[in-house]
Amino acid sequence: MKKIHALVAAAVLFAAGSAQAADVTLLNVSYDPTRELYKNVNAAFAAEWKAKTGDNVTINQSHGGSGAQARAVIDGLDADVVTLALAYDIDAIAQKAQLLPAGWQKRLPDNSTPYTSTIVFLVRKGNPWKIKDWPDLVKPGIHVITPNPKTSGGARWAYLAAWAYAEKKAGGSKDAAKEFVRQIYAHVPVLDAGARGATTNFAQRGIGDVLLSWENEAHLALKEEPGKFDIVYPSNSILAEPPVAVVDKNVDRHGTRKAAEAYLQFLYSKKGQEIEAQNFYRPRDAAILAAHARDFPNIPLYTIDDVFGGWTKAQATHFADGGVFDQIYKPSK
Amino acid sequence: MSSVAIPSRFARLRNPSALPGFGLTLGFTLFYLSAIVLLPLTALLLKPWTMGWDGFVAAITEPRVLASLKLSFGGAAIAALVNAVFGLIVAWALTRYRFPGKRLFDALVDLPFALPTAVAGIALSALYAPNGWLGGPLSLLGVKIAFTPAGVIVALIFIGLPFVVRTLQPVIADMSEEAEEAAATLGATRWQTLRRVVLPALTPALVTGTGLAFARAVGEYGSLIFIAGNLPMKSEIAPLLIIIKLQQYDYTGAAAIGLVMLAASFVIILALNLFQSLLAARR
Amino acid sequence: MRRPTDDSLFTRGLLIAITVGYIGLFLFLPLLTVFSSALAKGLQVALDALRDPDALSAVRLTLIVAAIAVPFNLAFGICAAWVVSKYDFRGKSLLISLIDLPFSVSPVVSGLIYVLMFGLQGWIGPWLRDHDIRIIFALPGIVLATIFVTFPFVARELIPLMTDQGRDEEEAAVSLGASGFQTFLRVTLPNIKWALLYGVLLCNARAMGEFGAVSVVSGHIRGLTNTMPLHVEVLYNDYQYVGAFAVASLLALLAIVTLVLKSLLEWRFADEIAATHRH
Repeated sequence: MKKIHALVAAAVLFAAGSAQAADVTLLNVSYDPTRELYKNVNAAFAAEWKAKTGDNVTINQSHGGSGAQARAVIDGLDADVVTLALAYDIDAIAQKAQLLPAGWQKRLPDNSTPYTSTIVFLVRKGNPWKIKDWPDLVKPGIHVITPNPKTSGGARWAYLAAWAYAEKKAGGSKDAAKEFVRQIYAHVPVLDAGARGATTNFAQRGIGDVLLSWENEAHLALKEEPGKFDIVYPSNSILAEPPVAVVDKNVDRHGTRKAAEAYLQFLYSKKGQEIEAQNFYRPRDAAILAAHARDFPNIPLYTIDDVFGGWTKAQATHFADGGVFDQIYKPSK
Repeated sequence: MSSVAIPSRFARLRNPSALPGFGLTLGFTLFYLSAIVLLPLTALLLKPWTMGWDGFVAAITEPRVLASLKLSFGGAAIAALVNAVFGLIVAWALTRYRFPGKRLFDALVDLPFALPTAVAGIALSALYAPNGWLGGPLSLLGVKIAFTPAGVIVALIFIGLPFVVRTLQPVIADMSEEAEEAAATLGATRWQTLRRVVLPALTPALVTGTGLAFARAVGEYGSLIFIAGNLPMKSEIAPLLIIIKLQQYDYTGAAAIGLVMLAASFVIILALNLFQSLLAARR
Repeated sequence: MRRPTDDSLFTRGLLIAITVGYIGLFLFLPLLTVFSSALAKGLQVALDALRDPDALSAVRLTLIVAAIAVPFNLAFGICAAWVVSKYDFRGKSLLISLIDLPFSVSPVVSGLIYVLMFGLQGWIGPWLRDHDIRIIFALPGIVLATIFVTFPFVARELIPLMTDQGRDEEEAAVSLGASGFQTFLRVTLPNIKWALLYGVLLCNARAMGEFGAVSVVSGHIRGLTNTMPLHVEVLYNDYQYVGAFAVASLLALLAIVTLVLKSLLEWRFADEIAATHRH
């Protein structure tokens, strides 16, 4: 009798437990290079969420150029969370569609960026063109691959990294920086719309001699095609802070706020930080960063606040219509 | 004959034809056309004017916009002309001659109609990239196709090929050989016959086919996006610029470019249709 | 004996060589590239790419979209061709040009107009949002954009044919007491069935293969709003080149089947088609 009681009790508990298991779906609208990262993060988070609450969470992913993705969210793509390449893109969502408050960036630690990255050079194996630092990019005959800053977040970071280097070297001269950046873009044969497209052109199609790449993309390329490329770290670069945010109006409408906030918190947790490090993103957690020090050489990284006074100013000065990037591309031949 | 049932005079007044259902079918046609095509296009028509006429003109005459329009229209024009010349040859050979594998080649002509543009895009970019089957040998000769305006033209030739060939084929097939025989018996050389008799007969179809190829190529996106260089001012096609403007939340600018492209293509199609109905009336 | 209207052997040879070369270069080679790139790492890898859940849902989405878009445009095409060919009214030329309009619209613009209408910043976007109706970045938007770009295919096949055929047969049927609908079913339909089939074939091929317009309205949500052509782009950007070309091969196979069907129809029913054309 006791056994039957126990079995029945177990069955009831089991039924009750599974009857209460809700199904939550989140949409994570992200930028181009994070495909592999979020595949891994989502699997780990789903397991953890199931263990903690018994609910099944499915996370759908959308990837594209950061600017393109922001625009899609503004136009109605129903993102629960956005994990984009730069703060300006999320600012735009806040400003133009009022889907989250203007002070969103202060809600999570470290300016809402659980991981950082930087811009490095990817070159052909053996570095035949001997590219060591930024000035080597404008050597005669060198072809540089970098995506279009108007559509790609990574391209904007790369542009700013080059600018920061030149400006600091010239003791703060904006004209010298502009000239240097202009020269770099004169060496670019094809401007892809996204970071991935540029990497594809370089890695697969054999275009160009050096790729200005996200750090994680460069490592990924080494992993995908061993023996074909080398990574070169310039003397300094930019600290790229790709932020994450909950899209308030959407999660409140969907009733997914709890899961969405937990998802972002997971990115700061030890487990999340470890996954990020394994996918070649620099974790904020100092201990985990130190454990992966081999993948993340310590070079000086300038921040956007440092050199450019923040994203809003940088966007307006450089990437808006008629900004410096447009001026560089004016037919000056 | 219709006069059995209704006196034709009255029929025309009451009903544009002796057949029933005019109101219903015309109504459905207009409704569907408006809902699917006209209404959304109105959104496109209205958007650019929110910045006024001056704003519209300014948006269109930006150097980058002009360069992209030049590439899209210019590339389409060159591709259409190449297709006109070679399409004529291909249509002639496929209709008049017999050779092994003709059926296969004839069927292949429709490939650009049936193949998705994205597939064409990655195939062409793989083919003409510096390490591609064709791109490799060509680059040894110093010729670069992928990521240059030349690549755009090659892709547009692919896209427009069937328009010329398929428009010409029925006309060539229908051409009776009597006129040619007459010219031959009157002492014309084959070349003269071709020039004075055949070509003029084919010109209307040739013009129509080339015009269609051009209109199709101007707005092409999917096959170009993988092979164009996308360099502003040099190898950036207009549809891509529309997408970029969207990215910058410049909806009005994007709509302005779209409107210009739409207007130009519509004028071409209208002209072609009028041209054809003029010919039909004359015949 | 050579007839005076025969081209010289040299001319024939030259033109045939040019034809074979032109078609081979611009049409055959790209097609071959798709298949050879897909099989670059062996058949198994290609098949695995096709069995991937995201790929399967892309196939499913593509089929659903085509299954909705094609019948709609079929109904419209028949209706429009009927109106244009069986009646006289002013503005016919304008109507035909308007029907042709989607042909001259860039695919990107085709997507853009629906964003301008249904997007959150568009005309009725906020209203849709308040009522939790999703059009763009969801299935309805993709279907709408696809209907738009494949709009003219059936109509364009039917209009010249039905205009050529005239209205005598239908008028005779009506005068004998048939209703409009009966006339259509029993008299018109048999005369146009091959053109109808062509139109449906082309419409379907384009509906399954549309890229630009769908790309603008899709939202690129993996496993949900990516059609097969979009999935090709996704794989291409994921470093999965073999996978991208594998899915592309599926689409190319579809294109080949379309061409084969079209040729078969033409070959088997050439006489009937000729008869209906010369009506």
